[in-house]
Amino acid sequence: MAFARIQLPPSVKRGDPIEVRISIRHPMETGFRVDDVGRTIARNTLRDLVCRYRGAEVFRASLGSGIAANPYLRFYVTATESGEMVFEWVDDAGERGDARAAVVVA
Amino acid sequence: MSMSPPRRPPRSLPRRRALQAGAALVAARLLPAGAASMDDLPGVRELTEYLAGRTAQFGRLALDIPRLADNGNAIPLRIAMRGPFAAGAELRTVRLYSEKNPVPLMARFDFAVPPAKAELDTRIRLAGTQRIVAVAELANGDLHAAFADVAVTVSACLDGS
Amino acid sequence: MSARGAGAALVVAALLMLQGGQPAGAEPRSGIAYAGADVRAMQADDVANPGMLWVERGAQLWSAAPAPCAGCHGDAALSMKGVAARHPQWSAGAARVVDVEDRINACRVERQHLPPLARESEDLLALTALVATQSRGLPVAVDVDGPARPAFLRAQAFYAERRGQMNLACTSCHVDNAGKRLLAETISEGHGNAYPAYRLEWQNLGSLQRRLRACLFGVRAEMPPEGSPMLTELELYLGWRARGLAVESPGVRR
Repeated sequence: MAFARIQLPPSVKRGDPIEVRISIRHPMETGFRVDDVGRTIARNTLRDLVCRYRGAEVFRASLGSGIAANPYLRFYVTATESGEMVFEWVDDAGERGDARAAVVVA
Repeated sequence: MSMSPPRRPPRSLPRRRALQAGAALVAARLLPAGAASMDDLPGVRELTEYLAGRTAQFGRLALDIPRLADNGNAIPLRIAMRGPFAAGAELRTVRLYSEKNPVPLMARFDFAVPPAKAELDTRIRLAGTQRIVAVAELANGDLHAAFADVAVTVSACLDGS
Repeated sequence: MSARGAGAALVVAALLMLQGGQPAGAEPRSGIAYAGADVRAMQADDVANPGMLWVERGAQLWSAAPAPCAGCHGDAALSMKGVAARHPQWSAGAARVVDVEDRINACRVERQHLPPLARESEDLLALTALVATQSRGLPVAVDVDGPARPAFLRAQAFYAERRGQMNLACTSCHVDNAGKRLLAETISEGHGNAYPAYRLEWQNLGSLQRRLRACLFGVRAEMPPEGSPMLTELELYLGWRARGLAVESPGVRR
């Protein structure tokens, strides 16, 4: 189910900060909610989100139940060369997801 | 991201200057530089364990969050840290702690490569009115902290849909 | 009908319209005008707006095998433009008022030979969000004349009728007290122009029918089942109340 929307600037100059924005479809289930018959809904959060730029890890986020559902992140990465930015994540249920976008360094 | 409604400026210039001076004086009295201290940080076990007796500096790390949340399920926040970052003192990790959530460590962000700009936005969930703490760790081990109080109200109507 | 009877009917109709609608001459204001700064900022930004995740999923489903919507409807941005702004509307085939969700399911069953999607399911929300966003910026313009008239009048009467343990009518909040505070929240006029919307309270995208069921639960009244004709007719009435307001789907609401 989890997929994402990524936004990067259309192009950047070498050395400039790249504004990276990502929005991921994920319920970030806290583990404290109960369903309509009183059963606890199991915790399921985005345990590990890794961002790699041209193959090298630049940013990592461990998101707990205190992060809102359908997590949104905005952060900066230093532009070096044009290349792919890849996000990969795994959640508490073991489900993996990924999303990618192109960095264009003019 | 808007943190509070914009205030309308006073009409006349001398009045504005007087108000500004007065406001600066009031602000200075309420929040003199360095007023925030380790005593302001909530005594949450996970935070205390992470700090391990170390002292964090205040003022350079900023935590921007609305004082009154529209809804406790999604509250936007921004963490920003002023540069420049000296070689060997780059930003490595930021941790976000909640005073009252059942799970105090809300998120941990790691920068394997020092970011070109130390600014991060996300949205958090808060179980009620409480204090939030952000702690940044630099490559040389220095800690910088910031905190903010957020009021979270219950929804006016119950929703059983 | 005699002239006198027709005159009396006109007066009654006028009174009903005044009772259930906005004050004469008042422009409707979207719920976003009553929302806080953070909700407004989230709706205005297509990356921060979680509703866009469903729009994107809808676009994937639109073109997905085995029987893609695109096969008949081509590019949704062209073929679906204005559709949501005109719904709900009377369907001669169904012999009742139908909303966008009903249309999607009718297509699925009758033309794609696929099972219908459940209300509030991820996929139906995604397709509805995709269709609805093609009307973004266009004025809500539902047709309440002709065969849709009886449904419109039924829903108008429902809207003004007290119900539930709290004995409140929709008008009690959304007409008599719009703009006033209820605990820490500001009561809106109750328009549906932003739906399907991402409600922070739900942590999910949801339909206008879900929002209506939530309101009914809020006054401790019985909730009609999802997809029930009463809810669809209420959607039609709300479309009339919101006439002229720009569609905002997918909206963000608290």
